[in-house]
Amino acid sequence: MDKRTRGLARRALSTGLLLLGASASIVACEKEEAKPAAPAAPAPAATAPAAPAAAPAAPADDKGPIKVGILHSLSGTMAISETSLKDVALMTIEEINDAGGILGRKLEPVVVDPASNWPLFAEKARDLIQNQKVAVTFGCWTSVSRKSVLPVFEELNGLLFYPVQYEGEESSWNVFYTGAAPNQQAIPAVEYLMSKKGGGAKRWVLLGTDYVYPRTTNKILRYFLHSKGVADEDIMEKYTPFGHSDYQTIVADVKKFAAGKRTAVVSTINGDSNVPFYKELGNQGIKATDIPVVAFSVGEEELRGVDTKPLVGQLAAWNYFQSIDNPVNKAFIDKWMAYVKKNNLPGGDKRVTNDPMEATYIGIHMWAQAVAQAHTTNVDAVRQAVGYQHFKGPSGFDITMDAENHHLHKPVYIGEVKADGQFRVVWKTDGPIKAQAWSPFIPDDKGKIANWLYPWACGNCTEAKYK
Amino acid sequence: MLERLTQFHGKRGWLIFGVLSLAVTVLIPVLNGLPKSFPLSVPDSMIPLMGKFLCFGMAAIAMDLIWGYTGILSLGHSLFFALGGYAMGMYLMRSIAGEGVYRSNLPDFMVFLDWKVLPWYWHGFQSFWFAMAMVVVVPGLLAFVFGWFAFRSRIKGVYLSIVTQALTYAAMLLFFQNATGFGGNNGLTDFKRLLGYSLQAHATKRALYIATAIALVATYLIARFVVTSKLGRVLRAVRDAELKTRFCGYESTRYKTFVWTLSAVLCALAGALYVPQVGIINPSEMQPSNSIELAIWAAVGGRGTLIGPLIGALFLNGAKSFLTAAFPSAWLYVLGGIFVLVTLFLPRGILGLGAFRRLRRAAASPAEATLSPVVGSAPAPSEAAVPAVAVTAAAGGEVPAP
Amino acid sequence: MLSAAPAVRRRRSSSPGWPGLLGATALAAFLLTFVGGSGGAGRLARADALEDAVKGLASSSGETIIQNITQLSKLGDPRGIAALQALTDDRLRAGADGKAWIFDSKTRELVDPLTGAPASASAKPAREVETDNDIRRAAEPVLAELQLGSPDAAVRLGAAQELGKSGSAEAGALLHRAFEREKDKGVREALAVAVARVDVQSPDANLRLSAVQLVTKLGNDQMVGEIQRLLAVGPDGKPAEADERVREEAKYALKAIESRRRLITGFGSVIHGLSLASVLLFAALGLAITFGLLGVINMAHGEMLMLGAYSTYAVQTFFQQHAPGAFKFYLFAAIPVAFIVTFGIGVLLERVIIRHLYNRPLETLLATWGISLLLIQTVRLIFGAQNVAVANPDWLAGGVELVRGLVLPYNRIGVVAFVIAVSIGVWVLLYRTRLGLNVRAMTQNRNMAACVGIHTRRLDAWMFGLGSGIAGLGGVALSQLGNVGPELGQSYIIDSFMVVVLGGVGRLAGAIVSALGLGIVNKILEPAAGAVLGKILVLGFIILFIQRRPQGLFAIKGRTEA
Repeated sequence: MDKRTRGLARRALSTGLLLLGASASIVACEKEEAKPAAPAAPAPAATAPAAPAAAPAAPADDKGPIKVGILHSLSGTMAISETSLKDVALMTIEEINDAGGILGRKLEPVVVDPASNWPLFAEKARDLIQNQKVAVTFGCWTSVSRKSVLPVFEELNGLLFYPVQYEGEESSWNVFYTGAAPNQQAIPAVEYLMSKKGGGAKRWVLLGTDYVYPRTTNKILRYFLHSKGVADEDIMEKYTPFGHSDYQTIVADVKKFAAGKRTAVVSTINGDSNVPFYKELGNQGIKATDIPVVAFSVGEEELRGVDTKPLVGQLAAWNYFQSIDNPVNKAFIDKWMAYVKKNNLPGGDKRVTNDPMEATYIGIHMWAQAVAQAHTTNVDAVRQAVGYQHFKGPSGFDITMDAENHHLHKPVYIGEVKADGQFRVVWKTDGPIKAQAWSPFIPDDKGKIANWLYPWACGNCTEAKYK
Repeated sequence: MLERLTQFHGKRGWLIFGVLSLAVTVLIPVLNGLPKSFPLSVPDSMIPLMGKFLCFGMAAIAMDLIWGYTGILSLGHSLFFALGGYAMGMYLMRSIAGEGVYRSNLPDFMVFLDWKVLPWYWHGFQSFWFAMAMVVVVPGLLAFVFGWFAFRSRIKGVYLSIVTQALTYAAMLLFFQNATGFGGNNGLTDFKRLLGYSLQAHATKRALYIATAIALVATYLIARFVVTSKLGRVLRAVRDAELKTRFCGYESTRYKTFVWTLSAVLCALAGALYVPQVGIINPSEMQPSNSIELAIWAAVGGRGTLIGPLIGALFLNGAKSFLTAAFPSAWLYVLGGIFVLVTLFLPRGILGLGAFRRLRRAAASPAEATLSPVVGSAPAPSEAAVPAVAVTAAAGGEVPAP
Repeated sequence: MLSAAPAVRRRRSSSPGWPGLLGATALAAFLLTFVGGSGGAGRLARADALEDAVKGLASSSGETIIQNITQLSKLGDPRGIAALQALTDDRLRAGADGKAWIFDSKTRELVDPLTGAPASASAKPAREVETDNDIRRAAEPVLAELQLGSPDAAVRLGAAQELGKSGSAEAGALLHRAFEREKDKGVREALAVAVARVDVQSPDANLRLSAVQLVTKLGNDQMVGEIQRLLAVGPDGKPAEADERVREEAKYALKAIESRRRLITGFGSVIHGLSLASVLLFAALGLAITFGLLGVINMAHGEMLMLGAYSTYAVQTFFQQHAPGAFKFYLFAAIPVAFIVTFGIGVLLERVIIRHLYNRPLETLLATWGISLLLIQTVRLIFGAQNVAVANPDWLAGGVELVRGLVLPYNRIGVVAFVIAVSIGVWVLLYRTRLGLNVRAMTQNRNMAACVGIHTRRLDAWMFGLGSGIAGLGGVALSQLGNVGPELGQSYIIDSFMVVVLGGVGRLAGAIVSALGLGIVNKILEPAAGAVLGKILVLGFIILFIQRRPQGLFAIKGRTEA
């Protein structure tokens, strides 16, 4: 390129950059313009002052669309899991709008991309609540992301629906947890593996990715196993970092540990590492009948990107499987596949439904029902109405939201991986079970209550707030 | 002393500097304090956001010191930023002892790890001044030791960049482990108070913003002091022709180590101010891609000018915030595109454009203005430690003709 | 095979006189009617029992299925093998007529489990029989028992190994008989282990002793639980094992098991390290070329790996849709495709962007980082953010058991072989061709090389393309080992740099040696220090090493920059 052209290119580029910068700042400022703040609805006397200052909630304007925030990573490491949640949220919103919306108003989704960056999650959450004035947010996946947005939601009195299974040890005034707590996933899975039908395991390998969810879950499980008479030398706990891909040594260690006594592996390995782990199990000739592995973070979506040959027969514990056979689930799946087709989502007819997607679906509908019931989008009013909501979930049961601890009552299913990437249900509870936000097995949690109703009005206390 | 100050900028430069710093430190908080109906009022949500950007600006100035003026491209500076952040975070965690989820004296993450006592390296952080000292001492010491050994062995150019990248990567892996005792992947979070003031209150946020703005101004002045001094000249000489500088009798190792440590400490201070405004510090702040972004801010703005990287940092971070909201699926294209195009066509960054010649001249010190504008775009021969490249010395800013 | 009742033979009566003849005839008639008759009736009854048991395998109740499996074990009829095999393979179907049918995956038809005849229309629609691990755990040992009589030695071996893992005490007699009859050496060894497993609980102390002695000889850790139980002390203070000799032998057995474990772990670490090193080498070889020969730091190098892996995925999808019969060979098509794609993109990059930045290695770093972001996002938009599934072709699945207890998977062997082939190819290219000669000249002194008439610009592009192409080949290898996702390359970029920096620039041998060294050291540290700490130690070591010897292990001799 000669000098002249280069100079021209340079000028063009710089003008472009400047224009971009200028327009960015103008648009950003425009978005930031504070609308006249509406006076907040008088909070009921029993409202717990968990948030220091209840800032004015959603605008009281009753016309116009209701804004719904969607806070899921669309790029970065978590995009793999979270993009589907964004898609199913948009589908549910469309479904509600097609049925006429709520209170005669349409729902308008506001999608932002926090890019798997935890500080960005907090920033986006603040943006959604303060600037976009969303009435509710559906979002987050990892516990880090939830923990980084929690102070924002509590400070600004926002409402968050969190759809992913997690480690418990939390119950916030501003969050509704539609994913499983450990007693709705981990404990039943271990009980199954202990039973004769599950293999009668005597030794346990607790294998996880090194972060709070596996650490806390394994802590709960260790105490649980102690309570069932399992000694520490029969429990092996190992952690690998995110993205770890070389499991040769670890699987060899598991094989060694398992020699001689019936052993089961409880895997809280998250994300990408699952594929090399299962491949290595297959490589070293470990079958599900020798050493069963139950995973809590492997669902239909994760199996989509995997060659399922080495996994057949391995187990997963969830509150929902796509293969559950009932009319509600069939309708849900049909709706989803139609949505995928209509919007040409990548993956086409290979797309699947999974537990967090079902939880998102239930969460949005419950919130919509609560808004309709409360006749307003005001956060405090809606919060009171969400508790006790019922919804016929695709899991085949009537799901209720517990008004006390803000968690869903969920059924537990244990499924075996089939060659086609679906699960075959081998065990299930008779009905939904209540979540225990504070695990009764951890000594530090003794006596802790999560109950937001009067007179307790707290998420983490040992005695009632109001006598 | 006054004589020394006049060396910083020319008169016009001082004027611009004064106006800008007043705008940033005083005007914006005042505008924020005005009632919201005022047309020019700054909304509340902008304050922590701008505070964050100013912290990045400080880090960018620190980066310019070593890259723009000394020719050392460090891909590990986010390590120092994060270490400063962790020191502040540790103080914030200790200050809420007993108020966490588990109501224990230990931070929450230690409780769920079943630890019973505080590790030795957490002692002392309940004191604010101790934590502040650690913000300076720990990254400074690490930088000093690493820099001394690295520069003494004459590691430079791309090798040094790769080694610094390895350093920050190794540190990130270490901190991601829960067993290391810094909160693992969750990091340190759930902060409630700083020096007794609630972090949720807007007044605290405004105060933090003002503190950051003052720190930024101070950083700029310190950097300006260094680059307009004789030391600064030696640094530029090291950047352009290290071998010759050494033969002239200047012990380049000492100079490089000094500016390296200074830049690390400034970065750490930026990190320490960043954490209370963002509310979380976690090992992904140390990842190599953060360091690379830091370098890009400096490159986009214009290396070797101090103001340039500041502009670059503000511009790029503003664009990122805007784009992740407006074009969630396309923003990486824009960012990557900016990287590539700026490196190709704007080797001197935005400030290198002809349009900004005046600003550059105004920003330059009187002594600098007489020198030919060597704004480190082409590396000096000593920078390319790669044996394969026989260097055709391209002094000055032109891209060699293809 | 072993029928429950011996076949009845008619006896020829010798005649010691006609009363004896009458008596013998009467006896014979008696025998014939009752024993023969009952034998015949028994055979009929057995056939019915077999049919019932097989039919019961298609029940919808798990308990019923397990009961029928136990029944099949009692019957011991090898004709039940097909049905049991289908049950464990998820190929058993319950016909609409209530009978059990096997789904033949080749003909895609239902066949009778006992005769192999095709099913009639009344069998459809057939539903899949729901099995779970519990049922499979019951079925596999029974299947193995029945297979012990198979004419095929490989099948017998598999059965013996299975029974060595999970045989029940009831199979003891069966195992002893099979062991005595067995001629094949390999199967005999496996049967010996299975027999020992049963014998260790035998009431006869001599049998127990010989069982434990076998364990000492083999060092086989499958029975470590039983051996430990022998040494356990009961709550009353008395040892569980009464015989002193057995206790002594058990102690030796434990020692033997332990030492064998150590041996295997050590050996295993080296093998695993080799495997890791081959992956590292793939990632680093291309970088060594672009960095060493061209002085370009290519931060998008990891993305070339990723593009190679995605090319493999695309080729696999193509084969799945258009040439499913040839699916086994998709890898052979994927290799050239991946190479061409990444070579092309490399040349394009070089021509459009990199060549303007030759004298500015630090800018190249930043520009290529931007390119990597662009590539990642493009792939994400085309293929989706989720990982994609790349299946191992059949001949790469499974592994070879080097020594008992150490399995070397075929896919890893394949990768090692592949990387050796590629390294040899590159070596030949660089040291035995004219092109390579020119490239080496360019490395040593670019200006002189240009003066001598070497077309440096063209060679730049080609070498960059070659480096990227090798990374593409590495991507093909990676797709067989792990995940394929848009961020695949990011995890390998740091390691590739470390290998190149440690190995020194300009020499192929450097990259190879440092990859080997790093891989093996990493894997040796891992069992002791854990995966992360091992990696950190290795990184720390490299940082320190570079301080001492900045030019790396195998620095090129010649004019280097100070």
